[in-house]
Amino acid sequence: MRPILMKGHERPLSFLKYNRDGDLLFSCAKDHNPTLWFADNGERLGTFRGHNGAVWSCDVSRDSARLITGSADQSAKLWNVQTGHQLYSFNFDSPARSVDFSVGDKLAVITTDPFMELPSAIHVKRIANDPTQQIGESVLLIKGPQGRINRAIWGPLNTTIISAGEDAVIRIWDSETGKLLKESDKESGHKKTVTSLAKSADGSHFLTGSLDKSARLWDTRSLTLIKTYVTERPVNAVAMSPLLDHVVIGGGQDASAVTTTDHRAGKFEAKFFDKILQEEIGGVKGHFGPINALAFNPDGKSFSSGGEDGYVRLHHFDADYFAIKI
Amino acid sequence: MADVMVMKEIEDTALRLGVDISTLDLDSIRLPPGENYGIVSDDEEVYLEDNLEFESGFGNIIVVDNLPVVPKEKFEKLEGVVRKIYSQIGVIKEDGLWMPVDPETDKTLGYCFIEYNTPQEAELAKEKTHGYKLDRAHIFCVSMFDDFDRFMKVPNEWAPPETKPYAPGENLQHWLTDPKARDQFVIRAGSDTEVLWNDARHLKPDPVYKRAYWTESFVQWSPLGTYLATVHRQGAAVWGGSTSFNRLMRYAHPQVKLIDFSPGEKYLVTYSSHEPSNPRDANRVVINIFDVRTGKVMRDFKGSADDFAVGGAGGVTGVSWPVFKWSGGRDDKYFARMGKNILSVYETETFSLVDKKSLKVENIMDFCWSPTDPIIALFVPEMGGGNQPARVSLIQVPSKEELRQKNLFSVSDCKMYWQSNGDYLAVNVERYTKTKKSTYTGFELFRIKERDIPIEVLELENKNDKIIAFAWEPKGHRFVVIHGDNPKPDVSIYSMRTGQNSRVSKLTTLKGKQANALFWSPAGRYIVLAGLKGFNGQLEFYNVDELETMATAEHFMATDIEWDPTGRYVATAVTSVHEMENGFNIWSFNGKHLYRILKDHFFQFLWRPRPPSFLSSEKEEEIAKNLKKYSKKYEAEDQDVSLLLSEQEREKRRMLKEDWDKWVNDWKRMHEEESLYRQKLRDGEASDEEEEYEAKDIEVEEVIHVSKEVLHLEYGQE
Repeated sequence: MRPILMKGHERPLSFLKYNRDGDLLFSCAKDHNPTLWFADNGERLGTFRGHNGAVWSCDVSRDSARLITGSADQSAKLWNVQTGHQLYSFNFDSPARSVDFSVGDKLAVITTDPFMELPSAIHVKRIANDPTQQIGESVLLIKGPQGRINRAIWGPLNTTIISAGEDAVIRIWDSETGKLLKESDKESGHKKTVTSLAKSADGSHFLTGSLDKSARLWDTRSLTLIKTYVTERPVNAVAMSPLLDHVVIGGGQDASAVTTTDHRAGKFEAKFFDKILQEEIGGVKGHFGPINALAFNPDGKSFSSGGEDGYVRLHHFDADYFAIKI
Repeated sequence: MADVMVMKEIEDTALRLGVDISTLDLDSIRLPPGENYGIVSDDEEVYLEDNLEFESGFGNIIVVDNLPVVPKEKFEKLEGVVRKIYSQIGVIKEDGLWMPVDPETDKTLGYCFIEYNTPQEAELAKEKTHGYKLDRAHIFCVSMFDDFDRFMKVPNEWAPPETKPYAPGENLQHWLTDPKARDQFVIRAGSDTEVLWNDARHLKPDPVYKRAYWTESFVQWSPLGTYLATVHRQGAAVWGGSTSFNRLMRYAHPQVKLIDFSPGEKYLVTYSSHEPSNPRDANRVVINIFDVRTGKVMRDFKGSADDFAVGGAGGVTGVSWPVFKWSGGRDDKYFARMGKNILSVYETETFSLVDKKSLKVENIMDFCWSPTDPIIALFVPEMGGGNQPARVSLIQVPSKEELRQKNLFSVSDCKMYWQSNGDYLAVNVERYTKTKKSTYTGFELFRIKERDIPIEVLELENKNDKIIAFAWEPKGHRFVVIHGDNPKPDVSIYSMRTGQNSRVSKLTTLKGKQANALFWSPAGRYIVLAGLKGFNGQLEFYNVDELETMATAEHFMATDIEWDPTGRYVATAVTSVHEMENGFNIWSFNGKHLYRILKDHFFQFLWRPRPPSFLSSEKEEEIAKNLKKYSKKYEAEDQDVSLLLSEQEREKRRMLKEDWDKWVNDWKRMHEEESLYRQKLRDGEASDEEEEYEAKDIEVEEVIHVSKEVLHLEYGQE
């Protein structure tokens, strides 16, 4: 498996997203330009220019026409994927962290960081069909959790919003009323900051990665802990194969400790686990900094990883990957 | 059950009083101070335990008697004298000196009280000035204030001591009777200390006992594995037992820093060092020797740190532990310590010096006991600018007779290594070259058990090589040296016994190894060459009998390596000196990786030692000869276990799979139930099945350009 190295960002990667067809790959990084790539050969299509701060995450609509990005410049922006033009900008008073389109792409959930005196918040915005009709008004605003909310996504049928962040608790909110419905158990839950959260293809379960060196698999509806995957490193990114029962976990030690240790010690590997048996199957090395972002192609035949080193590595699986038996 | 009963009682009472107990926040109730209504606090036990350590609070007061009785005019003068004497030793508290005066005669009563800041100072003052001669008639008699109380309480009538009924103790060697012949080890990670079985067959450790905050600094096994010692602020304690770990004995020694067992684990030496009140003084050192079983102090040594600093002519500062070195063997008969120009050998029968005097050895630098016999090897460096040669001598105890001596010239440094049976002594001598600019190394090899103790000289082929590590084969006749100057040193293996002639000879040299430490298997024959620190944890498992490498491996960043006491397994650990990778690996003797446990803040890994085997050497040989017969049984057991394991594994996987399938089915069902709603959310766009869209080849014909051209036929050609 020879990876394709995609060098287009000048700063550490923060997020990766495939479109539904799996032919396009969007990457976000701490430089200000989200970039669009061909998911097959890694050719760069273009960048989305307009942000003035690190871009933390993005989501693409089902028809691959719109892109939403959340950035530290205190805005979340809507883009026309085809032209690269900015359609609209939601402006906040604190950095925007996580963005996610709902089923049907009519709503988007955006989280903002705690900043100055402001607490962290989850905003729900209505996305107009016609960009000229777009307004910045929030449909719903949820406040409450302490610390940064690193990720918020839609639950099944847009009835719930699932959030997780620095306080290590995973919460499910009612997306109509903003009421807290469920909270993950202190005992079985994560012990440290939840850094990442990825939904399964059908949205029935999701995987969270945490600095407590583990990743956990939860049922989306009942918030039951189903599996735990334990690694040796803080987890920064997680992804689930849509094809096989595999999960990928990426991470590494803190960026501040990277320079003082051997690259072998860092273990900046994307680790593959058997989803059901919770056993490690293998690892993909290559990055020379912690892995910050992971994404699976919706066809399950390739995945990409983005690192603190500023590279996106695109891996197409060899035939023998599909024959792994343990 | 008890809790339920109590709860029920409370509920009944509440009902009687008409209180709704469910609205009551029990935690908000505060008992009046000093009253507990008979409710025992959860930490009562701890509290009581701690209480034992407290004294009455007068521990820092001393009483000085036999002072001159003086009239009022001289009172101030006498007080000045006394204050001068006692403030040299420690800081006397404000108003801490009180000399009572007889109200009738206006004369002093001939005694005074002095209060220091700390009990340590008081004790020191008592030690130093008891018997101090102020003049001929006034010899100070100093006592601790607390002692008065204590001695006043002594009953006048002698009462025979109560004989306690004999309570049979637990079998402290129970762990040796493990039917699977496994070994135990202790690990310390974070605040937890855990004792585990090494269950190599199941490729995992099997927990025995776990306790948080078991020790305040470290734990240590006794040399025969009977006890586990823990170290606390108040002293040390030993733990043991057949099934779990109970506290067997406590040894009070405030602020104990270091402990050391005698090789037969009869005695425990504890050490503490205290900051002096006067910063110019050296630290005060207290060393106690306890009897392990009774907990009695057999002998204590107190003094300034300088007295315990070793290294002949000085230069070396600080105390090198252990201060007391014990003679070999299990009977713990002698122990010795080195002082300036003397070597003091004590015997444990009376805990006094052998022959009541120390051995005078000018400039003694280093000494060590033979591991089996009461023989001391000591090293004295050159003196008088090289006029008197350096020497290594062997001294028999208790006769103090010199058995053998070897003079050495232009020595810069010298290290002594005993073979574990006490058969051989290797002395690694570093000598200056003629220019005195560099050094070269050689070995002096003593054959202790042969007549007249012959000495052989061994020099490395390249004399400039530095010795990086040296190790004797346990119970064997071979030794391995890592030597070299370059980053990849060589490893040489020598034997003291080859063929007919008993001369030392080299077996082989392995060139350019990434190794800087040697670890022989306790059973001999196998050795692990390890590259620790700079080499990042390279491991090589080497068979010395066959002179071949069995396996090479790496435990990245490994800091510690230890063989289990039987020589079957090797543990490599990364302790908290590194921030990352903390935990340990267990390997088989031939370098097969068995399992790996990761623990953050990993401090210690220690195998529980085993006492030496009771089998005679003939019996051992017989077993070795018929090994096939015995091993069959164990091989069968191994097979059973591995079958069982794979069976269990399969079962476990099947269960997991079933569980998972249940989830997946639920999800599928829900997903389908919701598919209509989803479709609605997507404005009627076909929702789920479309995910498996088909790729169709569609041929599209596009007319790009149509042009007409009239061709003129030439009739003529037809």
